[in-house]
Amino acid sequence: MIPAKFDFVQVDTVDAALEALKEHGDEAKLIAGGHSLLPLMKFRLANPAVIVDINRLDDLKYVRDSGDHLSIGALTRHCDIEKNEMISSNAGVLAKATHNVGDPQVRHRGTIGGAIAHGDPASDIPSALLALKATLVVNGPEGEREINVDDFFTGFLETDLSDDEMLTEIRVPKLPDATWSFQKFNRRAQDWAIVGTSVVCGENHIGVGLVNMHSVPFRSEAVESALLAGASAEEAAEHAAEGTEAPTDLNASRDYREHLARVLVRRGIQEAGR
Amino acid sequence: MEVSIEINGVEQTHDVEPRMLLVQYIREVAGLTGTNIGCDTSSCGACTVLLNGESIKSCTVLAAQVQGMNIQTIEGLADEDGTLHPMQQAFHECHALQCGYCTPGMVMASVSLVEKNTSITENDVREGLEGNLCRCTGYHNIVKAVLQASGTSS
Ligand SMILES: Cc1cc2nc3c(=O)[nH]c(=O)nc-3n(C[C@H](O)[C@H](O)[C@H](O)COP(=O)(O)OP(=O)(O)OC[C@H]3O[C@@H](n4cnc5c(N)ncnc54)[C@H](O)[C@@H]3O)c2cc1C
Ligand code: FES
Ligand code: FES
Repeated sequence: MIPAKFDFVQVDTVDAALEALKEHGDEAKLIAGGHSLLPLMKFRLANPAVIVDINRLDDLKYVRDSGDHLSIGALTRHCDIEKNEMISSNAGVLAKATHNVGDPQVRHRGTIGGAIAHGDPASDIPSALLALKATLVVNGPEGEREINVDDFFTGFLETDLSDDEMLTEIRVPKLPDATWSFQKFNRRAQDWAIVGTSVVCGENHIGVGLVNMHSVPFRSEAVESALLAGASAEEAAEHAAEGTEAPTDLNASRDYREHLARVLVRRGIQEAGR
Repeated sequence: MEVSIEINGVEQTHDVEPRMLLVQYIREVAGLTGTNIGCDTSSCGACTVLLNGESIKSCTVLAAQVQGMNIQTIEGLADEDGTLHPMQQAFHECHALQCGYCTPGMVMASVSLVEKNTSITENDVREGLEGNLCRCTGYHNIVKAVLQASGTSS
Protein backbone atom coordinates (compact mmCIF):
# COMPACT_ATOMS: atom_id res chain seq x y z
CA MET A 1 0.00 0.00 0.00
CA ILE A 2 1.34 3.35 -0.99
CA PRO A 3 0.51 6.64 0.71
CA ALA A 4 -1.05 9.50 -1.26
CA LYS A 5 1.36 12.04 -2.75
CA PHE A 6 3.12 14.53 -0.52
CA ASP A 7 6.12 16.83 -0.53
CA PHE A 8 9.08 15.80 1.58
CA VAL A 9 11.15 18.26 3.56
CA GLN A 10 14.16 17.20 5.57
CA VAL A 11 15.35 19.40 8.42
CA ASP A 12 18.27 19.13 10.79
CA THR A 13 17.54 21.75 13.44
CA VAL A 14 14.55 22.50 15.67
CA ASP A 15 14.39 26.00 14.17
CA ALA A 16 14.19 24.61 10.64
CA ALA A 17 11.43 22.22 11.72
CA LEU A 18 9.45 25.06 13.30
CA GLU A 19 10.02 27.20 10.22
CA ALA A 20 8.63 24.43 7.98
CA LEU A 21 5.60 24.00 10.25
CA LYS A 22 4.98 27.73 10.17
CA GLU A 23 5.22 27.84 6.40
CA HIS A 24 2.87 24.92 5.73
CA GLY A 25 0.45 25.23 8.64
CA ASP A 26 -2.03 22.37 9.05
CA GLU A 27 -0.98 20.91 5.67
CA ALA A 28 2.23 19.63 7.25
CA LYS A 29 3.03 16.75 9.56
CA LEU A 30 6.30 15.98 11.30
CA ILE A 31 7.61 12.47 10.82
CA ALA A 32 9.86 10.94 13.48
CA GLY A 33 10.04 7.12 13.44
CA GLY A 34 6.99 7.09 11.19
CA HIS A 35 5.64 3.98 12.91
CA SER A 36 2.30 5.56 13.76
CA LEU A 37 2.06 8.08 10.93
CA LEU A 38 3.06 5.90 7.95
CA PRO A 39 0.56 3.10 8.71
CA LEU A 40 -2.19 5.77 8.83
CA MET A 41 -0.97 7.27 5.55
CA LYS A 42 -0.82 3.86 3.87
CA PHE A 43 -4.46 3.29 4.81
CA ARG A 44 -5.13 6.86 3.61
CA LEU A 45 -6.48 7.75 7.03
CA ALA A 46 -4.00 10.64 7.06
CA ASN A 47 -3.08 12.59 3.93
CA PRO A 48 -0.66 15.38 4.84
CA ALA A 49 0.46 17.49 1.87
CA VAL A 50 3.91 17.99 3.36
CA ILE A 51 6.01 15.65 5.46
CA VAL A 52 8.75 17.22 7.56
CA ASP A 53 11.36 14.61 8.45
CA ILE A 54 12.91 15.28 11.86
CA ASN A 55 14.91 12.03 12.11
CA ARG A 56 18.18 13.83 11.69
CA LEU A 57 17.72 16.13 14.68
CA ASP A 58 20.53 14.38 16.53
CA ASP A 59 20.43 17.16 19.13
CA LEU A 60 17.12 15.71 20.35
CA LYS A 61 18.44 12.17 20.90
CA TYR A 62 19.64 12.02 24.51
CA VAL A 63 18.98 10.93 28.08
CA ARG A 64 20.49 13.30 30.64
CA ASP A 65 20.68 13.50 34.40
CA SER A 66 19.28 16.92 35.34
CA GLY A 67 19.45 16.69 39.13
CA ASP A 68 15.98 15.85 40.41
CA HIS A 69 14.77 14.64 37.03
CA LEU A 70 15.92 12.94 33.84
CA SER A 71 15.65 14.83 30.56
CA ILE A 72 14.89 12.74 27.50
CA GLY A 73 15.13 14.17 23.98
CA ALA A 74 11.94 13.71 21.95
CA LEU A 75 13.77 11.89 19.14
CA THR A 76 15.21 9.23 21.45
CA ARG A 77 14.24 5.83 20.07
CA HIS A 78 12.43 3.17 22.06
CA CYS A 79 15.45 0.81 21.81
CA ASP A 80 17.69 3.44 23.40
CA ILE A 81 15.23 4.01 26.26
CA GLU A 82 14.42 0.41 27.17
CA LYS A 83 18.12 -0.35 27.78
CA ASN A 84 19.16 2.96 29.33
CA GLU A 85 20.70 2.42 32.75
CA MET A 86 19.67 5.86 34.12
CA ILE A 87 16.06 5.27 33.12
CA SER A 88 15.99 1.69 34.46
CA SER A 89 17.26 2.78 37.87
CA ASN A 90 15.28 6.03 38.25
CA ALA A 91 12.10 5.50 36.26
CA GLY A 92 11.97 1.73 35.73
CA VAL A 93 8.34 1.69 34.67
CA LEU A 94 9.19 3.75 31.58
CA ALA A 95 11.92 1.31 30.53
CA LYS A 96 9.55 -1.63 31.01
CA ALA A 97 6.61 -0.01 29.19
CA THR A 98 8.91 0.91 26.32
CA HIS A 99 10.27 -2.64 26.13
CA ASN A 100 6.65 -3.77 25.68
CA VAL A 101 6.12 -1.66 22.57
CA GLY A 102 5.71 -3.80 19.44
CA ASP A 103 8.84 -5.76 18.51
CA PRO A 104 12.58 -5.02 18.13
CA GLN A 105 12.16 -3.67 14.59
CA VAL A 106 9.46 -1.23 15.76
CA ARG A 107 11.62 -0.18 18.71
CA HIS A 108 14.58 0.48 16.40
CA ARG A 109 12.50 3.17 14.64
CA GLY A 110 9.80 4.53 16.96
CA THR A 111 10.57 7.51 19.20
CA ILE A 112 9.27 8.59 22.59
CA GLY A 113 8.23 11.96 21.17
CA GLY A 114 6.21 10.34 18.39
CA ALA A 115 4.53 7.96 20.82
CA ILE A 116 3.40 10.90 22.97
CA ALA A 117 2.52 13.38 20.22
CA HIS A 118 0.38 10.75 18.48
CA GLY A 119 -1.91 10.83 21.54
CA ASP A 120 -3.04 7.23 21.19
CA PRO A 121 -4.90 5.95 24.29
CA ALA A 122 -3.74 2.41 23.36
CA SER A 123 -0.06 3.33 23.56
CA ASP A 124 1.95 1.92 26.46
CA ILE A 125 4.32 4.85 26.92
CA PRO A 126 1.88 7.59 28.02
CA SER A 127 0.64 5.38 30.88
CA ALA A 128 4.17 5.29 32.30
CA LEU A 129 4.59 9.05 31.92
CA LEU A 130 1.23 9.67 33.64
CA ALA A 131 2.19 7.37 36.52
CA LEU A 132 5.57 9.12 36.81
CA LYS A 133 3.93 12.57 36.51
CA ALA A 134 6.24 13.69 33.77
CA THR A 135 6.54 17.17 32.27
CA LEU A 136 6.68 17.77 28.53
CA VAL A 137 8.66 20.54 26.87
CA VAL A 138 7.23 22.03 23.69
CA ASN A 139 8.84 24.52 21.29
CA GLY A 140 6.96 26.89 19.03
CA PRO A 141 7.10 30.33 17.48
CA GLU A 142 6.64 31.90 20.93
CA GLY A 143 9.57 29.96 22.35
CA GLU A 144 9.49 27.13 24.85
CA ARG A 145 6.71 26.08 27.21
CA GLU A 146 6.37 23.29 29.73
CA ILE A 147 3.23 21.27 30.10
CA ASN A 148 2.18 18.77 32.69
CA VAL A 149 1.55 15.40 31.00
CA ASP A 150 -1.89 15.40 32.69
CA ASP A 151 -2.94 18.37 30.56
CA PHE A 152 -1.42 17.17 27.29
CA PHE A 153 -3.95 14.66 25.97
CA THR A 154 -7.09 16.51 24.95
CA GLY A 155 -9.10 14.02 22.88
CA PHE A 156 -8.83 10.84 20.81
CA LEU A 157 -5.50 11.23 18.92
CA GLU A 158 -5.55 14.90 19.91
CA THR A 159 -3.12 16.79 22.06
CA ASP A 160 -2.43 20.26 23.34
CA LEU A 161 0.21 20.75 20.59
CA SER A 162 -0.75 23.33 18.00
CA ASP A 163 0.10 22.98 14.30
CA ASP A 164 3.22 25.13 14.61
CA GLU A 165 4.68 23.47 17.72
CA MET A 166 6.85 20.45 18.36
CA LEU A 167 7.66 18.35 21.37
CA THR A 168 11.35 18.57 22.22
CA GLU A 169 11.92 17.05 25.66
CA ILE A 170 10.32 14.79 28.25
CA ARG A 171 11.22 15.31 31.91
CA VAL A 172 10.63 12.47 34.35
CA PRO A 173 11.22 12.83 38.09
CA LYS A 174 13.99 10.63 39.46
CA LEU A 175 12.42 8.10 41.83
CA PRO A 176 15.20 5.58 42.49
CA ASP A 177 13.51 4.26 45.64
CA ALA A 178 10.00 3.97 44.22
CA THR A 179 8.56 0.55 43.49
CA TRP A 180 6.65 0.09 40.26
CA SER A 181 4.93 -2.30 37.92
CA PHE A 182 3.90 -2.39 34.28
CA GLN A 183 1.11 -4.79 33.30
CA LYS A 184 -0.12 -5.43 29.78
CA PHE A 185 -2.77 -7.83 28.59
CA ASN A 186 -2.76 -8.78 24.91
CA ARG A 187 -3.38 -11.84 22.79
CA ARG A 188 -0.12 -12.15 20.87
CA ALA A 189 3.41 -11.16 21.85
CA GLN A 190 3.79 -8.12 19.60
CA ASP A 191 0.22 -6.82 19.93
CA TRP A 192 -1.01 -3.56 21.37
CA ALA A 193 -2.49 -3.75 24.86
CA ILE A 194 -6.16 -4.65 25.20
CA VAL A 195 -5.69 -3.02 28.61
CA GLY A 196 -2.51 -2.09 30.43
CA THR A 197 -1.38 -0.18 33.48
CA SER A 198 1.67 1.54 34.93
CA VAL A 199 1.85 1.79 38.72
CA VAL A 200 4.47 3.79 40.63
CA CYS A 201 4.62 3.91 44.45
CA GLY A 202 7.22 6.13 46.06
CA GLU A 203 7.54 7.83 49.42
CA ASN A 204 5.63 10.94 48.32
CA HIS A 205 4.46 9.66 45.00
CA ILE A 206 1.55 7.46 43.96
CA GLY A 207 0.80 7.25 40.24
CA VAL A 208 -1.49 4.92 38.28
CA GLY A 209 -1.78 5.25 34.47
CA LEU A 210 -4.12 3.19 32.29
CA VAL A 211 -3.72 2.01 28.69
CA ASN A 212 -6.71 1.75 26.34
CA MET A 213 -9.36 2.50 28.96
CA HIS A 214 -10.55 5.89 27.72
CA SER A 215 -10.51 8.20 24.70
CA VAL A 216 -7.16 9.53 25.98
CA PRO A 217 -4.33 8.02 28.03
CA PHE A 218 -5.86 8.05 31.51
CA ARG A 219 -4.51 8.60 35.02
CA SER A 220 -6.65 6.90 37.63
CA GLU A 221 -7.04 9.43 40.41
CA ALA A 222 -9.65 7.16 42.01
CA VAL A 223 -7.12 4.36 42.57
CA GLU A 224 -4.44 6.83 43.63
CA SER A 225 -6.68 8.42 46.29
CA ALA A 226 -7.72 5.02 47.61
CA LEU A 227 -4.06 4.06 48.00
CA LEU A 228 -3.25 7.37 49.67
CA ALA A 229 -6.11 6.75 52.10
CA GLY A 230 -4.52 3.42 53.05
CA ALA A 231 -6.59 0.99 50.97
CA SER A 232 -5.21 -2.48 50.24
CA ALA A 233 -4.33 -3.50 46.67
CA GLU A 234 -7.64 -5.36 46.34
CA GLU A 235 -9.69 -2.43 47.65
CA ALA A 236 -7.88 0.21 45.62
CA ALA A 237 -8.08 -1.82 42.39
CA GLU A 238 -11.87 -1.95 42.67
CA HIS A 239 -11.80 1.73 41.62
CA ALA A 240 -9.74 1.09 38.46
CA ALA A 241 -12.57 1.63 35.97
CA GLU A 242 -13.98 4.71 37.71
CA GLY A 243 -14.24 7.73 35.45
CA THR A 244 -13.24 5.77 32.33
CA GLU A 245 -15.21 5.25 29.15
CA ALA A 246 -13.43 2.24 27.73
CA PRO A 247 -13.96 1.43 24.05
CA THR A 248 -15.67 -1.70 22.77
CA ASP A 249 -13.95 -3.30 19.77
CA LEU A 250 -13.17 -6.70 18.25
CA ASN A 251 -10.79 -7.55 21.08
CA ALA A 252 -12.95 -6.68 24.06
CA SER A 253 -16.20 -5.17 25.23
CA ARG A 254 -16.26 -2.21 27.58
CA ASP A 255 -17.31 -4.47 30.47
CA TYR A 256 -14.47 -6.86 29.84
CA ARG A 257 -11.98 -3.99 29.68
CA GLU A 258 -13.27 -2.71 33.02
CA HIS A 259 -12.75 -6.15 34.50
CA LEU A 260 -9.23 -6.33 33.04
CA ALA A 261 -8.39 -2.91 34.46
CA ARG A 262 -9.37 -4.04 37.96
CA VAL A 263 -7.35 -7.25 37.66
CA LEU A 264 -4.26 -5.61 36.14
CA VAL A 265 -4.24 -2.69 38.55
CA ARG A 266 -4.48 -5.11 41.48
CA ARG A 267 -1.57 -7.13 40.12
CA GLY A 268 0.35 -3.94 39.49
CA ILE A 269 -0.11 -2.63 43.01
CA GLN A 270 0.80 -6.02 44.42
CA GLU A 271 3.91 -6.27 42.27
CA ALA A 272 4.88 -2.78 43.41
CA GLY A 273 4.63 -4.18 46.93
CA ARG A 274 1.81 -2.07 48.35
CA MET B 1 13.53 13.43 -5.69
CA GLU B 2 17.01 11.89 -5.84
CA VAL B 3 17.56 9.30 -3.14
CA SER B 4 21.00 7.74 -2.57
CA ILE B 5 21.22 4.68 -0.36
CA GLU B 6 24.14 2.32 0.13
CA ILE B 7 22.71 -1.17 -0.27
CA ASN B 8 25.00 -4.12 0.50
CA GLY B 9 28.02 -1.87 0.12
CA VAL B 10 26.98 -0.44 -3.26
CA GLU B 11 25.83 3.17 -3.45
CA GLN B 12 22.61 3.51 -5.46
CA THR B 13 21.09 6.79 -6.60
CA HIS B 14 17.62 6.88 -8.12
CA ASP B 15 15.01 9.48 -8.84
CA VAL B 16 11.92 8.36 -6.92
CA GLU B 17 8.72 9.80 -5.50
CA PRO B 18 8.89 10.89 -1.85
CA ARG B 19 6.11 8.42 -1.08
CA MET B 20 8.14 5.40 -2.22
CA LEU B 21 8.54 2.87 0.58
CA LEU B 22 12.00 1.54 1.31
CA VAL B 23 10.89 -2.01 0.51
CA GLN B 24 9.78 -0.90 -2.97
CA TYR B 25 13.06 0.90 -3.48
CA ILE B 26 14.94 -2.27 -2.58
CA ARG B 27 12.80 -4.61 -4.69
CA GLU B 28 11.65 -2.58 -7.65
CA VAL B 29 14.30 0.08 -8.11
CA ALA B 30 17.45 -1.66 -6.86
CA GLY B 31 16.14 -5.01 -8.16
CA LEU B 32 16.94 -6.97 -5.00
CA THR B 33 13.91 -9.22 -4.65
CA GLY B 34 15.20 -11.32 -1.76
CA THR B 35 13.39 -9.00 0.64
CA ASN B 36 9.72 -10.00 0.68
CA ILE B 37 6.50 -8.13 1.32
CA GLY B 38 4.08 -10.13 3.45
CA CYS B 39 1.50 -8.10 5.32
CA ASP B 40 2.53 -4.60 4.21
CA THR B 41 1.31 -3.38 7.62
CA SER B 42 4.45 -3.83 9.78
CA SER B 43 3.19 -7.01 11.42
CA CYS B 44 4.89 -9.98 9.76
CA GLY B 45 8.58 -9.06 9.50
CA ALA B 46 9.05 -10.51 5.97
CA CYS B 47 10.44 -7.16 4.82
CA THR B 48 13.06 -6.92 7.60
CA VAL B 49 16.42 -5.48 6.51
CA LEU B 50 19.26 -3.89 8.46
CA LEU B 51 19.48 -0.09 8.61
CA ASN B 52 22.92 0.95 9.85
CA GLY B 53 23.20 -2.59 11.27
CA GLU B 54 19.83 -2.71 13.06
CA SER B 55 16.69 -4.61 12.03
CA ILE B 56 13.78 -2.56 10.71
CA LYS B 57 10.61 -3.27 8.75
CA SER B 58 11.20 -1.71 5.34
CA CYS B 59 7.45 -1.54 4.54
CA THR B 60 7.11 1.13 7.22
CA VAL B 61 9.99 3.41 6.26
CA LEU B 62 10.16 5.84 3.34
CA ALA B 63 13.15 5.48 1.03
CA ALA B 64 13.64 9.24 1.40
CA GLN B 65 14.01 8.86 5.17
CA VAL B 66 17.16 6.75 4.79
CA GLN B 67 18.89 8.99 2.26
CA GLY B 68 22.66 8.55 2.71
CA MET B 69 22.31 5.62 5.07
CA ASN B 70 23.41 2.04 4.88
CA ILE B 71 21.08 -0.89 4.19
CA GLN B 72 21.91 -4.59 4.26
CA THR B 73 19.58 -7.15 2.71
CA ILE B 74 19.66 -10.94 2.55
CA GLU B 75 21.65 -10.71 -0.71
CA GLY B 76 24.44 -8.95 1.15
CA LEU B 77 25.04 -11.62 3.79
CA ALA B 78 26.97 -14.38 2.03
CA ASP B 79 30.62 -13.93 1.01
CA GLU B 80 31.38 -13.19 -2.61
CA ASP B 81 32.54 -16.79 -3.18
CA GLY B 82 29.11 -18.00 -2.03
CA THR B 83 30.11 -19.05 1.49
CA LEU B 84 26.99 -18.58 3.57
CA HIS B 85 26.84 -16.24 6.56
CA PRO B 86 26.85 -18.28 9.81
CA MET B 87 23.17 -17.42 10.35
CA GLN B 88 22.24 -18.65 6.86
CA GLN B 89 24.35 -21.78 7.37
CA ALA B 90 22.60 -22.48 10.69
CA PHE B 91 19.13 -22.04 9.13
CA HIS B 92 20.22 -24.52 6.44
CA GLU B 93 21.61 -27.06 8.88
CA CYS B 94 18.73 -26.86 11.37
CA HIS B 95 16.04 -27.11 8.69
CA ALA B 96 14.72 -23.73 9.85
CA LEU B 97 12.69 -23.06 6.73
CA GLN B 98 9.99 -24.76 4.72
CA CYS B 99 8.32 -22.53 2.13
CA GLY B 100 11.01 -19.90 2.75
CA TYR B 101 8.79 -16.85 2.51
CA CYS B 102 9.56 -15.57 5.99
CA THR B 103 13.22 -16.60 5.79
CA PRO B 104 14.98 -13.47 4.48
CA GLY B 105 13.28 -11.34 7.14
CA MET B 106 13.77 -13.98 9.81
CA VAL B 107 17.51 -14.25 9.03
CA MET B 108 18.02 -10.47 9.01
CA ALA B 109 16.11 -10.04 12.30
CA SER B 110 18.21 -12.86 13.80
CA VAL B 111 21.50 -11.31 12.65
CA SER B 112 20.55 -8.04 14.36
CA LEU B 113 19.36 -9.85 17.48
CA VAL B 114 22.54 -11.87 17.91
CA GLU B 115 24.66 -8.80 17.22
CA LYS B 116 23.00 -7.00 20.13
CA ASN B 117 23.12 -9.89 22.63
CA THR B 118 26.39 -11.60 23.38
CA SER B 119 24.98 -14.37 25.58
CA ILE B 120 21.56 -15.05 24.19
CA THR B 121 19.09 -17.52 25.73
CA GLU B 122 16.26 -19.45 24.10
CA ASN B 123 13.81 -17.04 25.69
CA ASP B 124 15.70 -14.03 24.30
CA VAL B 125 15.45 -15.55 20.83
CA ARG B 126 11.73 -16.26 21.10
CA GLU B 127 11.05 -12.77 22.41
CA GLY B 128 13.49 -11.12 20.02
CA LEU B 129 11.76 -12.66 17.00
CA GLU B 130 8.26 -11.64 18.10
CA GLY B 131 8.03 -9.32 15.11
CA ASN B 132 8.55 -12.12 12.57
CA LEU B 133 5.79 -14.55 11.68
CA CYS B 134 6.35 -17.99 10.17
CA ARG B 135 3.36 -20.00 8.99
CA CYS B 136 5.27 -23.23 8.32
CA THR B 137 7.94 -24.25 10.77
CA GLY B 138 6.34 -23.84 14.19
CA TYR B 139 9.46 -21.80 15.10
CA HIS B 140 11.35 -24.57 16.96
CA ASN B 141 13.98 -25.06 14.29
CA ILE B 142 14.33 -21.32 13.76
CA VAL B 143 15.10 -20.88 17.46
CA LYS B 144 17.55 -23.77 17.26
CA ALA B 145 19.29 -22.19 14.28
CA VAL B 146 19.65 -18.80 15.93
CA LEU B 147 21.09 -20.39 19.07
CA GLN B 148 23.49 -22.45 16.95
CA ALA B 149 24.66 -19.40 15.00
CA SER B 150 25.15 -17.42 18.22
CA GLY B 151 27.33 -20.21 19.56
CA THR B 152 25.17 -20.71 22.65
CA SER B 153 23.37 -23.94 21.71
CA SER B 154 24.25 -27.08 23.60
C1 LIG C 1 3.67 -3.04 14.25
C2 LIG C 1 3.61 -1.96 15.29
C3 LIG C 1 3.35 -2.31 16.60
C4 LIG C 1 3.28 -1.34 17.59
N1 LIG C 1 3.02 -1.75 18.87
C5 LIG C 1 2.93 -0.82 19.84
C6 LIG C 1 2.65 -1.22 21.18
O1 LIG C 1 2.50 -2.40 21.48
N2 LIG C 1 2.57 -0.25 22.11
C7 LIG C 1 2.77 1.07 21.82
O2 LIG C 1 2.71 1.89 22.72
N3 LIG C 1 3.06 1.48 20.57
C8 LIG C 1 3.14 0.57 19.58
N4 LIG C 1 3.42 0.97 18.30
C9 LIG C 1 3.61 2.41 18.01
C10 LIG C 1 5.04 2.83 18.22
O3 LIG C 1 5.28 3.03 19.57
C11 LIG C 1 5.37 4.11 17.48
O4 LIG C 1 6.74 4.15 17.34
C12 LIG C 1 4.98 5.38 18.20
O5 LIG C 1 3.63 5.37 18.55
C13 LIG C 1 5.14 6.58 17.31
O6 LIG C 1 6.47 7.01 17.28
P1 LIG C 1 7.14 7.46 15.93
O7 LIG C 1 8.42 8.08 16.30
O8 LIG C 1 7.17 6.33 14.99
O9 LIG C 1 6.12 8.60 15.46
P2 LIG C 1 5.61 9.06 14.02
O10 LIG C 1 4.79 8.00 13.39
O11 LIG C 1 6.74 9.61 13.25
O12 LIG C 1 4.67 10.27 14.47
C14 LIG C 1 3.45 10.06 15.13
C15 LIG C 1 2.72 11.39 15.26
O13 LIG C 1 3.42 12.24 16.17
C16 LIG C 1 3.84 13.45 15.49
N5 LIG C 1 5.20 13.71 16.01
C17 LIG C 1 6.26 12.88 15.99
N6 LIG C 1 7.30 13.43 16.65
C18 LIG C 1 6.88 14.65 17.09
C19 LIG C 1 7.50 15.69 17.85
N7 LIG C 1 8.76 15.59 18.29
N8 LIG C 1 6.77 16.80 18.11
C20 LIG C 1 5.48 16.91 17.67
N9 LIG C 1 4.84 15.96 16.97
C21 LIG C 1 5.54 14.83 16.67
C22 LIG C 1 3.76 13.16 14.03
O14 LIG C 1 3.49 14.32 13.30
C23 LIG C 1 2.61 12.17 13.96
O15 LIG C 1 1.38 12.85 13.97
C24 LIG C 1 3.49 0.02 17.27
C25 LIG C 1 3.76 0.39 15.95
C26 LIG C 1 3.83 -0.59 14.96
C27 LIG C 1 4.12 -0.16 13.56
S1 FES D 1 5.63 -6.69 4.97
FE1 FES D 1 6.65 -5.39 6.36
S2 FES D 1 6.17 -6.30 8.25
FE2 FES D 1 4.97 -7.51 6.88
S1 FES E 1 9.05 -21.12 6.20
FE1 FES E 1 7.09 -20.72 5.35
S2 FES E 1 6.53 -18.93 6.42
FE2 FES E 1 8.30 -19.49 7.44
